Amino acid sequence: MTEQDLSALSITDLQALLRRREVSPREVIDALRARIEAVDGEIGAYLSLDMEAAAKEADKANVDLPLGGVPVAIKDIINVMDQPCTCASKILQGYRATYDATVIRKLRAAGAIPFGKTNLDEFAMGSSTENSAIKTTRNAWDLSRVPGGSSGGSAAAVAADAAFGALGTDTGGSIRQPAALSGIVGFKPTYGRVSRFGLVAFASSLDQVGPLTKIVRDAALIMNVIAGHDPQDTTALNEPVPDYAAKLGNDLRGVRLGLAREYLIEGIDSQVKAAINAAVKQMSALGAEIVEVSLPANEYAIAVYYILATAEASANLARFDGVRYGYRAESPKDMLDLYGRTREEGFGSEVKRRIILGTYVLSSGYYDAYYLRAQKVRELIRQDFANAFKKVDAIISPTSPVPAFKLGERAADPLQMYLADVFTIAANLAGICGISVPCGFAEMDGHRLPIGLQLLGKALDEARILQIAHAYEQSTDWHKARPPIAAAVSKA
Amino acid sequence: MAKTSDLDVAYVARLARINLTEAEAKVFQKQLDDVLQYVEKLRQADISDVEPAAHALPIFNVFREDAPRDWFTAEQALSNAPRKTNGLFIVPKVVE
Repeated sequence: MTEQDLSALSITDLQALLRRREVSPREVIDALRARIEAVDGEIGAYLSLDMEAAAKEADKANVDLPLGGVPVAIKDIINVMDQPCTCASKILQGYRATYDATVIRKLRAAGAIPFGKTNLDEFAMGSSTENSAIKTTRNAWDLSRVPGGSSGGSAAAVAADAAFGALGTDTGGSIRQPAALSGIVGFKPTYGRVSRFGLVAFASSLDQVGPLTKIVRDAALIMNVIAGHDPQDTTALNEPVPDYAAKLGNDLRGVRLGLAREYLIEGIDSQVKAAINAAVKQMSALGAEIVEVSLPANEYAIAVYYILATAEASANLARFDGVRYGYRAESPKDMLDLYGRTREEGFGSEVKRRIILGTYVLSSGYYDAYYLRAQKVRELIRQDFANAFKKVDAIISPTSPVPAFKLGERAADPLQMYLADVFTIAANLAGICGISVPCGFAEMDGHRLPIGLQLLGKALDEARILQIAHAYEQSTDWHKARPPIAAAVSKA
Repeated sequence: MAKTSDLDVAYVARLARINLTEAEAKVFQKQLDDVLQYVEKLRQADISDVEPAAHALPIFNVFREDAPRDWFTAEQALSNAPRKTNGLFIVPKVVE
């Protein structure tokens, strides 16, 4: 098998070869390295790589462990011991992690090899990865377009076969939306299902770590390893973790899928709408029953999110003050000057905007009008989902109302960028789980652009959501399609 | 459009310890006024009988054993410091 063929494999197929001793973990790392060298100059998915350390890990890998010898890319907001953790921000330049996040510790214990850190919107604040202070990441299907965000580097790497799978984080859609725009699978677990110890916090009541992969079964394999209780994260739920991969099947008989009336909004691209309708038909043919549900408070989700997420961010990002780590402004004359200039020079525009908004909504005299009101409307959104899940097993929608947009197209108007998260944000507010799976393509300016189908499930119902997504995926060929960059390099 | 919020970007930026240029403050003022205008829609929601959701899922009183364990050495804790001396973080003088 050639190096290109190897890098194109899913984790599931790679693992089969590794366990039959048909390839060695070292050959896998070498193939991956060659692939990254071939495509990442154009894609720009990685912020740092340590292939030497990865090769050493590979040499002693035990392929019979749950993820033995499988390289996994890591969003550069999760601490990996001795590696940089930039959060794509100038304020963390030069920082090196002094410990492994719990998810990294678990991946290593399962034999996986973290080898590189992927690009993101600065501190995960954005929907296009354009807010990275370090580099531009491009969509593997059309290099003039964004990969989505904030886990855009992870999504682009997996889409371009420059990673077998990756970890991302999802605060308002940051795993699911880039997965949709890049034509791969992105899974957001229930709030608290996966430990966040060692994840740099953005919005602590919303953040969750999850996998981005080529197929649903790979996401289940990674979930098997990273899910579960962690005494170092009090929000990590102390609930048993099922074997997600073992529960996958191809049948949807008896499954009830909800279509939300409120999701038929203006502004959904017609090709996206057509792809979702076709997917609903397909799932119905597989035996699923389609039921209409109502999520009336959903229209407030974006407004609630941009109050709560910015409020939490303003508190979480107070730690970046130029004292203990990261960037510090030159020759400060006193402490206020040190803080003010360090944060002026270290943070990018979107991060500053959100800290200012978050500080404002929490400030004396405005707390009740903004923060407290938003927390109450959040409760309405949570109740909507609880009611809907009495009638259905999953709620189906587009992941994003539009396919990948052009680089620069939305960068000047933050509010327009926020509105792109309309289908993903409510899941974080309600703490439930969700997945995006490829469900078709839109044709735009001679390019095929992937479309993602979102399935939302109730809290801790990961197994069922993965099951439904897997059954749909396996009945289609969408996940087998490869972006032009893959084909171009394979021919060369 | 009428100004809908009392947000003074320059003032709040000072509270948040972020220096801004005048030009930046002006751009942010417009952009954040737009966002605050958008979130006005929350006033339409009927929240008269609703308890605020502090967390999406009910998690209460999480305890762990109060036992000593290994953690960072002073050297590790200082390894990323922009300035350090004698095992200490160095900052500008705070008291006269």
